[in-house]
Amino acid sequence: MASMRDIKRRKGSIQSTQQITKAMKLVSTVKLQRARASAENSKAYFNCMYQTVNRILTRVGSLQHRYLQSGGSGKKAVVVISSNRGLAGGYNSNIVKLVTRHEGWNKEDILIYAVGRKGKDAFVREGYEVRLDMSDVAEESAYPDAMLLCNELLKAYADGEVGEIYLAYTSFKNTVSHIPTLLKLLPVVQDVQSDGEELEAPMNFEAEDEEALEMIIPKYVTSLIYGGLMEAVASENGARMQAMDNATSNAEEMISDLTLKYNRARQGSITQELTEIIAGAEAIS
Amino acid sequence: MAENNCFTLKIITPNRVFYEGKAEMVELNTSEGEIGVLPGHLPMTVIVKPGILTITETEGEKVAALHAGFVEILPDQVTILAEIIEWPGEIDAARAEAALERARERIHEHTSDTDLARAETALLRAMARIQAIK
Repeated sequence: MASMRDIKRRKGSIQSTQQITKAMKLVSTVKLQRARASAENSKAYFNCMYQTVNRILTRVGSLQHRYLQSGGSGKKAVVVISSNRGLAGGYNSNIVKLVTRHEGWNKEDILIYAVGRKGKDAFVREGYEVRLDMSDVAEESAYPDAMLLCNELLKAYADGEVGEIYLAYTSFKNTVSHIPTLLKLLPVVQDVQSDGEELEAPMNFEAEDEEALEMIIPKYVTSLIYGGLMEAVASENGARMQAMDNATSNAEEMISDLTLKYNRARQGSITQELTEIIAGAEAIS
Repeated sequence: MAENNCFTLKIITPNRVFYEGKAEMVELNTSEGEIGVLPGHLPMTVIVKPGILTITETEGEKVAALHAGFVEILPDQVTILAEIIEWPGEIDAARAEAALERARERIHEHTSDTDLARAETALLRAMARIQAIK
């Protein structure tokens, strides 16, 4: 049985860990609220963009355009949004697994565009080719960052280096539910649901159809990436909050367990001392 | 009667809903030239070029500097998806002047490796900003 001093020391160390996890939980709660607000603000833009692009695609349906057909290259570019810091439960490993365990994807055919150090490190470890690392914007991303990333992707796409572009991010449903999601950015897949909207008045373009696509698709991709970045930050903080909440309650449990053990050990040692004293006194008389 | 003269105008940026309200007319610069949109316009999508956005409301006019994005026009609704847009109060005049000067210089002394299209956009942007303040 562990001595009283050992138990006491152990309890002390768990208590200080608990204080840290409690503080981290509070910090990520505050961050989550902020991230959620900005994710919700960006949603209006994203939804509008999505509708407009769908409407345009319904109209130009059969048009031959490089943004609508897969390029010649079999390579795939995958934008992976993870976090720079750990201690967020399965947040980072889930998003990595989503890509590495994807059926029919070979390691050699994939170029990683990483946002978030944890994700990047994992892919390097697994032996993937990491083309671009934008980890410094993972926590505070602004729209120009998404534009920058989008330009890089489109350049690779236009050069025929990659034939398809995907976005892997954690979508934020609510505080407790975050779903790792894989989204195809290019070539644009047409939403089947949009068929119902065909009765709407036809849309005209001031510019030529092709020109309009050329201008709008990059904006569409940028907005998707930006939306992904926003949601990922919210999910990260949500995941960390949950993980830290669990850690805090586990620590609580361990502390109460150790307190019980400590008291038992204390009682045991008192009983033992008493027995020794009585035995000693009897021996003298 | 007043209702028929207005359409719903929505200006959305990636970060916020910039403007939402009733407008009688909206004027802006597009890739094909400057246009003014009145209620009952043909459905149309246009691409924005840097310039002044003028919103005519029943009570007066509002001005903003609109730099990039596109506009979806429907008979009773206009939606501007703006990547960059600013109210005059949000513009840093000194910075805009400096940018204007820089862009002019770049176009003036352009060499073969100058990105002329980019310099031109920068020039248009700076001009739009300065015009919006005035």
